[in-house]
Amino acid sequence: MGLEILVCIKQVPHPDHFSEIRLDVGSGHIIREGVPAIINPLDRNALEEGLRVKERFSGKVTVISMGPPQAQKALEEALAMGADRGILLCDVAFAGADTLATANTLFYAVRKLGKFDLIYCGNETVDSGTAQVGPQLAELLDIPQVSGVQEVAFVDEKTLEVRRALEHGYMKVRLKLPALLCVTRGINRPRLPTVQSIMEVAQKEMIIWKAKDIGAPPESIGLKGSPTCAAGVYEHKVGRRREIMQGSTEEQVQRTVARLKELGAI
Amino acid sequence: MAEYKGILVCGELADGKLASITTELLGCGRKLANELKENLSCLLASDAVGGAPKEAIAFGADKVYAVEHPALKEYQADSYMQVVGKLVKDISPRVILIGQTSMGRDLAPRLAFRLGASVTTDCLDLRIDPGTKLLVQTRPVYGGNAQAVFTSESMPQMVTVRTKAMSPLERDASRKGEVIPTKIDIDTSKVRTKILETVKEEAVGIKLEDAPVIVSGGRGMGGPQPFQTILKALADLLHGAVGASRPPADNGWVPEGLHIGLTGKIVAPDIYIAIAISGASQHTAGCSGSKHIIAINKDPEANIFREAEFGVVGKYEEVVPALTNKLKELLAG
Repeated sequence: MGLEILVCIKQVPHPDHFSEIRLDVGSGHIIREGVPAIINPLDRNALEEGLRVKERFSGKVTVISMGPPQAQKALEEALAMGADRGILLCDVAFAGADTLATANTLFYAVRKLGKFDLIYCGNETVDSGTAQVGPQLAELLDIPQVSGVQEVAFVDEKTLEVRRALEHGYMKVRLKLPALLCVTRGINRPRLPTVQSIMEVAQKEMIIWKAKDIGAPPESIGLKGSPTCAAGVYEHKVGRRREIMQGSTEEQVQRTVARLKELGAI
Repeated sequence: MAEYKGILVCGELADGKLASITTELLGCGRKLANELKENLSCLLASDAVGGAPKEAIAFGADKVYAVEHPALKEYQADSYMQVVGKLVKDISPRVILIGQTSMGRDLAPRLAFRLGASVTTDCLDLRIDPGTKLLVQTRPVYGGNAQAVFTSESMPQMVTVRTKAMSPLERDASRKGEVIPTKIDIDTSKVRTKILETVKEEAVGIKLEDAPVIVSGGRGMGGPQPFQTILKALADLLHGAVGASRPPADNGWVPEGLHIGLTGKIVAPDIYIAIAISGASQHTAGCSGSKHIIAINKDPEANIFREAEFGVVGKYEEVVPALTNKLKELLAG
């Protein structure tokens, strides 16, 4: 057999540079010039899972992303990690999408691509972190889905047992393919591309689709398809009273004790 | 189009009792309901709801829809969706409040999809715009470096709310309300996932999420040892728990369960003591909701001092044991 595997990825600003992201207060737009972009960390875990399944059962791994032209870089990196084919959904008509419009866009692309046995997503992104697109895509495709996946075991080629993280423990769930899984950080350690695999990228298939290519109705995608209305983005101001102590350890300890007392810790 | 009215809280049970997140949602929902002069309802769905509906009333609900069914013993999207979907259709609430929990994170996007509505997850602040009567929703983005404000053009307006972001009302057993036992048929053939087992992992000592004080260490700790000795001694003294930023978890110095940050746990204790933590936004996203942050770091330029209200510039190996000793002396009286 061969499994058809799809991995959904998003290009995000590097979290170590979040503090460099500036906001244009007038327009509310985010200025992230010069901030390096990466594959959302959990999406790399998702890809790693997909690659491992392919290695075990054979099959094909497709990576898909919706984003601006530069998001092709993220897809190329995914190809270098071992994915077979990249799909970039890139069109101004997709811009301003909330999670529902994003899930819709992915759905139309998946419909065009054909059947998948397994779809992997990262549990959430580091930039907006809504954790919504995976479950919503599963709803659209009408397939079972599990969030917070820490471990996947195949009972047979069509049946999975997955471990789902809970607040204070975990749950083991059995489900049949086709299915969509949203994975967490601990599930694996994503591989790094090798020199060989990087060289192979140029030979791999990269498809760029616009809205009309996937037959997505204009009212279901982009800003038009988004019921969420962003009223503004504000810089997070920390309104804390600030006191930074240098000086001798003894003095520092005394002041810290006094502060802890003031706060009712002792 | 149906008239959308009232607030609905999707409640949760923990060990058969009303979960603390639900009391927080009820506290917030009560305030919103009062502003709208509308009702506050709460859905409780389980195999047996026990005394939880009465508790929900004591914490602010006007109406509690109690749904009991064997298929609801534990949360599964395919069974819960049928219950919540049906109830929302029947009572058409204006606002739906869901906890940002493992259940809520799973349920909310699906429900939103089925209702063709938007959902704003992980909200820290909610209010009603007096003019439009719309729910104004504030949530952090970019790891807490910015806050985004949303409204929804669609009804109902759905949000998930971060744990501990809202305060419950004072429990009042004399509050009046109505418990409505509700029968909802669940088509179990539509439940495509099967729960094999649920395992509770008991943390030793106080749970990170429940601890009033967290003593947290970072890369600067240098290894696993100080977490078990220096940090633990201070945490024990303050009846708190030990936490960590990402590098100690990545290096295996502490279990992943202690990892606080964007990709780990999000905590909001009364006092957060960050020790040898540089304060990358990855980490501060997980602790910025703390009431008070105290930082100890040898680097006066460390980013954590931007987030802290009180900072000590010094080596943790010197400052922390001295602090612990001083506190011990004090407590010994």
